[in-house]
Amino acid sequence: MPIEKQPVLDIRDVTIAYQIEEAHLDTVRNVSLQIGARQIYGLVGESGSGKSTLALAVMGYLAANGRVTGGQILLDGENLLEKSTAEMRSIWGRRMNLVPQDPGGALNPAIRVGEQIAEIARHHYGLSRKDAWARSIELLRDVRIADPQRVAQRYPHQLSGGMQQRVMIAMALSTEPRVLVLDEPTTALDVTTEATVLDLFNDLIQRHETATLYVTHNLGVVAQICHRVAVMYAGEIVEDADVRTLFCEPLHPYTIGLLRSVPRLRTDGGSDLMTIDGGLPSRSELPTGCIFAARCPFVQDRCRTIRPPYVEALPGHRVSCHRWEEIATGTLRLDALEHESPPQAERPVEPLLHAEVLSKRYPIGTPLLAQIRATITHIPPPAVRAVDEVSLDIHRGETIGLVGESGSGKTTFARCLVGLVDRSSGTVSLLSYFNLAPAVTDRPAEALQHIQMVFQNPDESLNPYQTVGEALRRPLMTLLHYRQDQADERIAALLRSVHLPEEYANRQPDELSGGEKQRVAIARAFATSPDLIVLDEAVSALDVSVQAAILKLLHELKRDTSYLFISHDLAVVAYLADTIAVMYLGQLVETLRTSELLQVPVHPYTEALLSAIPTPDPDAPRDRIRLDGEIPSPSDLPTGCRFHTRCPRKWGPICEQEEPPWVPATDGHLIRCHHPLDHLAIVQAETRKGAE
Amino acid sequence: MLRYTLRRFGFLLLTLVLTSIIIFVIAQVLPGDVARVLLGREAPESAVQALRVKLGLNDPLPVQYGRWLFKFVQGDWGESFSQQGRAIRPLVLERLTRSIWLAGITLVISVPLAILLGVLAGLNAGRPIDGVISVSSLALVGLPEFVTGIVLTNVLAYQLGWFPASSLVSPKASFQDTLPSLWLPAITATLVLLAYVIRLTRAGVIEVLKKAYVRTAVLKGLPWRQVITSHVLRNALLPTITVVAISFGWLISGLVVIENVYAYPGLGSLMSFAVARRDLPLMEAIAMMAVVFYTLANLAADLLYAWLNPRIRLE
Repeated sequence: MPIEKQPVLDIRDVTIAYQIEEAHLDTVRNVSLQIGARQIYGLVGESGSGKSTLALAVMGYLAANGRVTGGQILLDGENLLEKSTAEMRSIWGRRMNLVPQDPGGALNPAIRVGEQIAEIARHHYGLSRKDAWARSIELLRDVRIADPQRVAQRYPHQLSGGMQQRVMIAMALSTEPRVLVLDEPTTALDVTTEATVLDLFNDLIQRHETATLYVTHNLGVVAQICHRVAVMYAGEIVEDADVRTLFCEPLHPYTIGLLRSVPRLRTDGGSDLMTIDGGLPSRSELPTGCIFAARCPFVQDRCRTIRPPYVEALPGHRVSCHRWEEIATGTLRLDALEHESPPQAERPVEPLLHAEVLSKRYPIGTPLLAQIRATITHIPPPAVRAVDEVSLDIHRGETIGLVGESGSGKTTFARCLVGLVDRSSGTVSLLSYFNLAPAVTDRPAEALQHIQMVFQNPDESLNPYQTVGEALRRPLMTLLHYRQDQADERIAALLRSVHLPEEYANRQPDELSGGEKQRVAIARAFATSPDLIVLDEAVSALDVSVQAAILKLLHELKRDTSYLFISHDLAVVAYLADTIAVMYLGQLVETLRTSELLQVPVHPYTEALLSAIPTPDPDAPRDRIRLDGEIPSPSDLPTGCRFHTRCPRKWGPICEQEEPPWVPATDGHLIRCHHPLDHLAIVQAETRKGAE
Repeated sequence: MLRYTLRRFGFLLLTLVLTSIIIFVIAQVLPGDVARVLLGREAPESAVQALRVKLGLNDPLPVQYGRWLFKFVQGDWGESFSQQGRAIRPLVLERLTRSIWLAGITLVISVPLAILLGVLAGLNAGRPIDGVISVSSLALVGLPEFVTGIVLTNVLAYQLGWFPASSLVSPKASFQDTLPSLWLPAITATLVLLAYVIRLTRAGVIEVLKKAYVRTAVLKGLPWRQVITSHVLRNALLPTITVVAISFGWLISGLVVIENVYAYPGLGSLMSFAVARRDLPLMEAIAMMAVVFYTLANLAADLLYAWLNPRIRLE
């Protein structure tokens, strides 16, 4: 791909400081990057690495206490740092645009989206109201919105996350800017939506010849879309190379660690994982030597005292590490770290938890009126069928991974099991408790200790006014009736088991990092030694390296405990799960062993989910299956097979007319599909071969 | 939106019925026999009994309530005990009109002023101008109305002679005639309202300025003025609107002190008069009017809020 020599965006030796209570903290230090037209430059790192700060500095929009203290940021040779705000106004929206992480928050809730796009052209191009509106519709069509006239009339809350992000993209590209800054633009989206949005970015960026800075923590996305990548650690770039080199021949131990912490599907269905222990150094007390020394597996004495220079190690490949030569020649390497194969546990006959035809319906309209109408007409009242007759067994020691897009009903199902949502019908049995009450408050106290839950966001699941010790003591006292001294002992043991110091018992949640909070949440779930723990997107909000550590911890803690592990990320699920259940629009569509995940046939929906996973490998097959459109609304379900509206493997009219039956593919592998499985296996195998 | 409006309206009717019951019951449990009050302490027991029968006071409470409500809805609000049997309705309606004038003038003065100051404070949060606005408005709300009233009368009426010191107006006076007497009580009420509305507006503006969509608007390169008017204020003023609408209800019937200070014949001073005289029918009628205006103001606030907020309007 021809990339122009003259960079459009030239970041030279930039240092950014924040003033926090009298102290100046350098958050970004001596960063240089050159981005050419049509080039997508990835900037990766953990949260707190300074990547978003750099992105905002490029836009000239740092927080009030932040300042660029050194260096230059050149746009087509003009130094943006010398511009006044008034001058920046003619650059913002015209020559430089930002697409932020959360499109829902970035759109004004009180203004129609068409108007939000149109005001840019009105202001910068002086278009009339009518022309600007026509242009927004054109732009919406450009970002492949099927019905732009109608969508333009909508308010942001009436659009899905994927649609909102398309609107943001339409906005960002409306003036054909020279530079586009993308700050985690797909992080808030489903994996299937993410895949289509990335395709869109790629296409538009090439067409508009934009120079793009792509900030993300997701290495899979970087591999898929970026041409060059800079890895940022604690405010500095530690490695910078073209994407293939960085992924295949990384020279910095931090890069190697990051790459290894992404769970990758292996052909046998498991996934590998490595963790980087420890955390970022404090900004106020940076080490004198290498900033990564404290966490580096290759650390030597000189690393702790001498700062390694940032050198061009190989042509076009810069790194700051004392030992890059040894890494380059292969004399220094990380052994493939331990990989636990999914244990193929012998299943006892009796399941630990047995859910049968469990449904959750949310009535539409006035409940009383609907009820009366239903009683008279004998037609069930209209309802959103969030979970529709799902049956699932979980055996002792087994880990079931439950996957699906948002809106598939996986969280509602899990909450019905735990009793946080009252199921509408069906039964849940756990151990000897036959048919547990729908609401957790009606369940016998002894039953509660056997099933516990870990939530996605540890910030919200821990009471900010309770110490860690109090949070852990609660289940011990109320469910197990521990005495004070017994509880203290158990709390210390629990903290040790999740690798936190015992002194953490006296800390408040806001003194902990995101990963540490999630460790506490896990310790709390384990406090009563439950038989089953439901983990609802428990690692989704965490950085890759932290996510890897938590996944390892979960693996380590699990002995007799069963997990129901819910995630939208199949690669993460595959790391832990023995069995995977795939959910779509409130129904299970497939259950299979993890080892069968990369075999054929699989359900067409599973196939689409698999191909939407951004693999951290720039050479991975790109010819993917994409799902068209959005997940339909559960209040207006498609007839026949619910997936037929988006299915790339649709067999025929039968798919629109009849609900597909469960068909066994192998022993224990069930697929709910009309497509004959032997034929499905052939076409899926062909697609996969074609892609490679 | 239609559905929403109908639902709100249903709630309004329900609120009115419930509060009418409460008002009626309270009036009943107040000590004192109405017939005895009417006839005086010296009247013979037989006369009292006869009046009780005539007034229907011996009937069961629900029957009495039904009769009262039925008459009330039809416009028969009864006769005042304390004013020699004057019909209550014209009396209350006349006072109500005056209260609406006062409330209207107060809103006309206070709302633009408060929003202007609140937005100014919010946009300059932490700067000296914010400090001056916030501190002085708070200091003013801390002063009791009779103190500010006396100070204002002294300065604006006696020393500067801009407004009449007393707002006592004849019952027949037209709006134009009344207007000069409205300014002082309106300014006094404004001082009470100002601090609330300023604080609310200021908080709204500060909150919205932090939103990601404001950053989006700035990074579109729009002029600052346009960012403020079309992106910030639209969202920031939503809570203010609700409070302003509800305060209209308070201005109608809650200005007891201010009306007394200026001797302005509004609904509030009539209420204190009725309470002092144990004039039950009059109290009931005034209380009902107060509730009607409160709930109507509330309804207006809800509808306006929903209309300005597409997330509610389009549900």
